[in-house]
Amino acid sequence: MATLAKDTLTETPDAVVVRFAGDSGDGMQLTGGQFTLSTALAGNDLATFPDFPAEIRAPQGTLFGVSAFQINFGSREINTAGDAPDVLVAMNPAALKVNLPSLKPGGLVIIDTGEFSKRNLDKAKYDVSPLEDDTLAKWDVLAFDISALTIEAVKPFGLGNKDALRSKNMWTLGLALWMFDRERAPIEDWLKSKFKSKPEIADANIAALNAGHAYGETAELAGPIQQMSMPAVESAPGLYRTITGAEAISLGLVAGAQLAELPMFFGGYPITPASAILHHLARLKEFGVTTFQAEDEIAAICAAIGASYAGQLGVTSSSGPGIALKGEAMGLAIMTELPLVIVNSQRGGPSTGLPTKTEQSDLYQAIYGRNGDAPMPVVSCSAPGDAFECAIEACRIATQYMTPVMLLTDGYIANAAEPWKVPDPETFEPFPAKFLEEKNGEQLLPYKRDGKGARPWIKPGTEGLMHRIGGIEKAVDTGHIDYAPDNHQAMTDARVNKVLGVEVPDQEVTLGETSGKLALVGWGSTFGPIKRAVHNARAKGLDVSHIHVRHIWPLPGNLGELLKGYDTILVPEMNTGQFKTVLRDQFLVNAQPLTKTSGQPFTIAELESAIEGALS
Amino acid sequence: MNAPVKFETTLKDWETDQEVRWCPGCGDYAILKAVQRTLPQLGCDPKNTVFISGIGCSSRFPYYMESYGFHTIHGRAPAVATGVKLANPDLDVWLVTGDGDGLSIGGNHMMHVLRRNVNMQIMLFNNEIYGLTKGQASPTSREGTKSPSTPIGSYDRPANPCSFALGAGARFIGRGFDVSKNLPDVLKAAHGHQGAAFIEIFQNCIVYNKDVFEDFAAPKGAGDRQLWLEHDKPMLFGDPKTGFDKGIALDRENLALKVVDVVDGDWEAADVLVHDATNRSLAHLLIEMPFGPFPMALGVIYDDPAPTFEAAVVEERAKSAAGKEANLAKLLAKGQTWTVDAAEGHPTD
Ligand code: SF4
Repeated sequence: MATLAKDTLTETPDAVVVRFAGDSGDGMQLTGGQFTLSTALAGNDLATFPDFPAEIRAPQGTLFGVSAFQINFGSREINTAGDAPDVLVAMNPAALKVNLPSLKPGGLVIIDTGEFSKRNLDKAKYDVSPLEDDTLAKWDVLAFDISALTIEAVKPFGLGNKDALRSKNMWTLGLALWMFDRERAPIEDWLKSKFKSKPEIADANIAALNAGHAYGETAELAGPIQQMSMPAVESAPGLYRTITGAEAISLGLVAGAQLAELPMFFGGYPITPASAILHHLARLKEFGVTTFQAEDEIAAICAAIGASYAGQLGVTSSSGPGIALKGEAMGLAIMTELPLVIVNSQRGGPSTGLPTKTEQSDLYQAIYGRNGDAPMPVVSCSAPGDAFECAIEACRIATQYMTPVMLLTDGYIANAAEPWKVPDPETFEPFPAKFLEEKNGEQLLPYKRDGKGARPWIKPGTEGLMHRIGGIEKAVDTGHIDYAPDNHQAMTDARVNKVLGVEVPDQEVTLGETSGKLALVGWGSTFGPIKRAVHNARAKGLDVSHIHVRHIWPLPGNLGELLKGYDTILVPEMNTGQFKTVLRDQFLVNAQPLTKTSGQPFTIAELESAIEGALS
Repeated sequence: MNAPVKFETTLKDWETDQEVRWCPGCGDYAILKAVQRTLPQLGCDPKNTVFISGIGCSSRFPYYMESYGFHTIHGRAPAVATGVKLANPDLDVWLVTGDGDGLSIGGNHMMHVLRRNVNMQIMLFNNEIYGLTKGQASPTSREGTKSPSTPIGSYDRPANPCSFALGAGARFIGRGFDVSKNLPDVLKAAHGHQGAAFIEIFQNCIVYNKDVFEDFAAPKGAGDRQLWLEHDKPMLFGDPKTGFDKGIALDRENLALKVVDVVDGDWEAADVLVHDATNRSLAHLLIEMPFGPFPMALGVIYDDPAPTFEAAVVEERAKSAAGKEANLAKLLAKGQTWTVDAAEGHPTD
């Protein structure tokens, strides 16, 4: 797209990518979040990518302390947070250094010169100030002293310099709101409610916001930027809000428990990037939710298993390393055939890996990562809004089939926001859980299976149904301890077949044809970039289709046949080729890997060039 | 904990049809019988009773109790039991664990179930050895214990389960041994206690650690080696036939306990202490009393109830939910929203 610079902008583009970057103390995530809200309210489609440092309080001004928030918004469908920014806001030298390489050639960079002191330049490892040499020659530059302008704007409120400078992000937001012709009122409301108890801080921030906005008008007259107004996107009628993946999972779990007509028990332990789910659910107690912050990951899942045993919907959540710790307990839930939802917000691994960066490298762990033949359904979320439906689906499978279910999401989905059409709960299909109330045979048979292969759920406290369960192999039907060879064979088969028999909708082609030269087969958060890349390639007349798989285990029954209709199958994923291996194994198809493990999502350009490569 | 209604059962009602698989002569049998004898006396209802265990010989226990039972995984029973109690606080939960299960692999969970004070009875069968895995030294094995993993004797210092429990914040600590006739009384006191009740039960593993507790558990001379504590009663011991001739007094200078002689039953003259089960410092001194110079402290060592975890969770949930409506549609539409009109496909606000 064209930049916003006056001399090059010929027409309003259909999408713009803006990145706010600053020190982690500069409040860039807040700026981005509020800009997102204003974008949504303006009716644009959008996708965001918060990119923050792993350190809680990285030393100020350093390269590793840079925090950024990218948003892609437009008057058309938006699938990703955008490859390269059209506009970069750099609040200090380090932010400029880290983010400049990704700025589109000819793009606009807005710089706070107030932070370009010798000291900060040193910290950012600039020998010469980039404002003084030709570092910025490729781009349009709007450099001015935002710090001083902010201090000036909030002067009437009598804040010290340090406090005054905290409003810098609101000044910048004001400028951004002006650039895209946005309303300031919703942000003002938000500031007033955020600083309800400190009205002077709210007023100072509002003054900064207004000053930034006013500056835009003046700069337009004199400087390189001009205002643009992005038309709203065509979208289905209805009520909308923005939602992050972590929120959507929490809401989906609440909805799932309600549809199963069960109270929910959530056992968690703090871990990045999964903790947000625990935090959300801790505030939803009125929905019959109990949250329990356990002493460790193992206790978190074990307590959830205990709660499921006692008749609630047990849920636990973590990220890769924590999921590894839960492995043995997952086996217990599989053996005792109790419902359980396990959410994995994947991050870069192995070991501690990259806690704040995204990856899809826990797929093997989800499908296979337990001792013994321990089958478990796996559902994966593609985007924040989709996570809501996937969470309901996980609750449905868990309670209907008496099994633990792994729900895969990742750090990108957890933190990213998108507009979400608020669903009407009336339209959800309930799946009430049933408990055994009386003996299901002459004697009680805790492992007698129904047509779906599920055993009955028996709550302690039920008259006359006392029985014992545990992790030792169970006898068919009676559930007594039984090590006999034939019995273990029969029970292993029963567990495997139950999971393979989970009803999964047939696979549809997400975009394109049911056969052809090339299919890009994806799962999880690669959904957005793959869809956009395939869309672009098809617009150029290329024969390529997109197949996005939500049900990772069991796989949709028709997937194998569908895949055989394409000459080439390319599987883009943020790991070293795990889903590719599963597809090869399950369907004996020649699935080809397209892998990326940089901790960053695929760019559309990367995928487009892979498509062109595969078709040439 | 107390079942709200007394329920009529006999010992037989608590027996299952499962073949008991402990080694013949194992102390576990006596404990099983003691529990099966105690539950009818407490008026427990099998349908509301849940036995939860980890892994090890002791953890087979639930299979032999005609109640609800959950044989979980190694060390994790306290965590599973916590989930059970939070999901249904009305259930009467008994946890069965051992020295390896409860203090080694599951030590962390044991600490937290105690400090949180989840209302349940925790029976730790201490046989000072790993039985099920064929006799390795455990965290309570005495220094010098010869075992397959410590062929010339163990050299790590043993843990004292009751000290651990007290340090973790337990509000009830009882101690007994497998064949002791007083064990049911300790179990009853534990059951009556609201909160996590920790009971260390010395248990004879006749295969891998035979008779390690004989020094104080043997019937002969038991009076001199066992101090059975009762709240509000003087701490006396000795040969019961000749009358208690020894007592425990406070060595004020050293802030320790000492054994004193009691002449003609006049314990007051000998300054013998009266047991106060609510006194945590006293509990500490009794638990740490070295056996040999002192008798083994048994019975209810500490009993000072505090509000339970599940009560706090229920209260917090109610507080947090107060005045809020569980309306899913409203929850989904929370925050700043906008509407797209059917006519235009464009937002209106
Ligand atoms: S090994 Fe020891 S503790 Fe285990 S059943 Fe045999 S005697 Fe009892």
